[in-house]
Amino acid sequence: MSDFNPKIVAFVCNWCTYAGADLTGTSRMKYSPQVSIIRFPCTGRIDFMLLLKAFANGADGIIVSGCHPNDCHYSSGNFHARRRWIVFRGLLDFLGIDVRRVRFSWVSAAEGAKWAQLVNDTAEHVRQLGPFSGYHRLRGLGVG
Amino acid sequence: METLRDKARELLAARTVQVIIGYGQGSGGGARAVFVREAAEADALIFNEACRQNLAVYLMKPEVRKLGKAALVATPSALRTILQLAAENQVGDHDLLALAVHAAGEVTLLATLQAIEAHVTELDADLSAAEKAELRKYEALSLEQRREYWQEQFSRCLKCYACRAACPLCYCSRCTVECNQPQWIPVPAHDLGNLEWNVMRAMHLAGRCVNCGDCSRACPVAIPLYLLNQKLISDVFANFNARSGMAAKTDNAMSIFKPDDSEDFIR
Repeated sequence: MSDFNPKIVAFVCNWCTYAGADLTGTSRMKYSPQVSIIRFPCTGRIDFMLLLKAFANGADGIIVSGCHPNDCHYSSGNFHARRRWIVFRGLLDFLGIDVRRVRFSWVSAAEGAKWAQLVNDTAEHVRQLGPFSGYHRLRGLGVG
Repeated sequence: METLRDKARELLAARTVQVIIGYGQGSGGGARAVFVREAAEADALIFNEACRQNLAVYLMKPEVRKLGKAALVATPSALRTILQLAAENQVGDHDLLALAVHAAGEVTLLATLQAIEAHVTELDADLSAAEKAELRKYEALSLEQRREYWQEQFSRCLKCYACRAACPLCYCSRCTVECNQPQWIPVPAHDLGNLEWNVMRAMHLAGRCVNCGDCSRACPVAIPLYLLNQKLISDVFANFNARSGMAAKTDNAMSIFKPDDSEDFIR
């Protein structure tokens, strides 16, 4: 399993985590290249179905990250998102989908180091869990 | 049953309502929905243990709305559905009356949403002990066992959307499954599409479902959809202390937040 390079998809908000990830880069911090970042206006915009779509399209792990509570650019998007994740995570677990593959975090625009740490940790964690082949096999007729 | 028919006759004769949405004799000893529009037809109404359907589903159908003001023969779940629909601004105080039916055969006329609220407050809205025990049983399975169980259940799904049609709270005139540019939920009934559809159905009802169980009863392949609903009902109550269908003017649990909502997984 050591040569397995997991695919990690990160859903991040434009105002905090995306800027934070940018800071990681401009600070020349090296971190795992396994992550593909998808920028959203706000964590409140991240529909739960997008997470399933990421898994269906080959992701082995997912990161969802945005502004810390009380720091949302739109004042409450992350609070709404938090409620959604509390419920959605419980449902995924109930359905037998491994929630260890989905990491939720708050990373601010000043936390470049935290972003690098988050990606590295997630990549390592997912590498240990192995490919998410159980989910990828669901693709059936190949219609994503 | 006679009390119900008398009430219906009275309401129709006085033109208080234009239609009674109630139960009538169905085939094979079952019950079916009937729409009684004349006092003389009130004898078509029945009420017995076969009358379980949540008739509030018809309140949202345009063809039923066209009939005029309705009196709905309502089980406890239907009463809660009315309140939930009111909380979602789908029915107003002057749109309907409820005829709350009781197992013993009495009928209570509830003329306002406030009266329905008062009536519902008296009911036990919590999941029953048996429902909770069943939920715990599945929660106690290992991750792998849960995955296998649900994959087996969903593998029977035909994507007939009977669960959607039977649900009084699935009333969007355009559903996401019909959005096809791009196709959001796969159309074929394969494992992935079935999982995505069922997750979406359950999530869109989170904090809204009143646990009437009509989705499970409508399912032609007996997928225990009620388990998903009850899981969400249980989680929404445990995390946000919220219950659907208890008040006519309230915010949906999933549409609001508290700054101190607590979780242990966001780091």
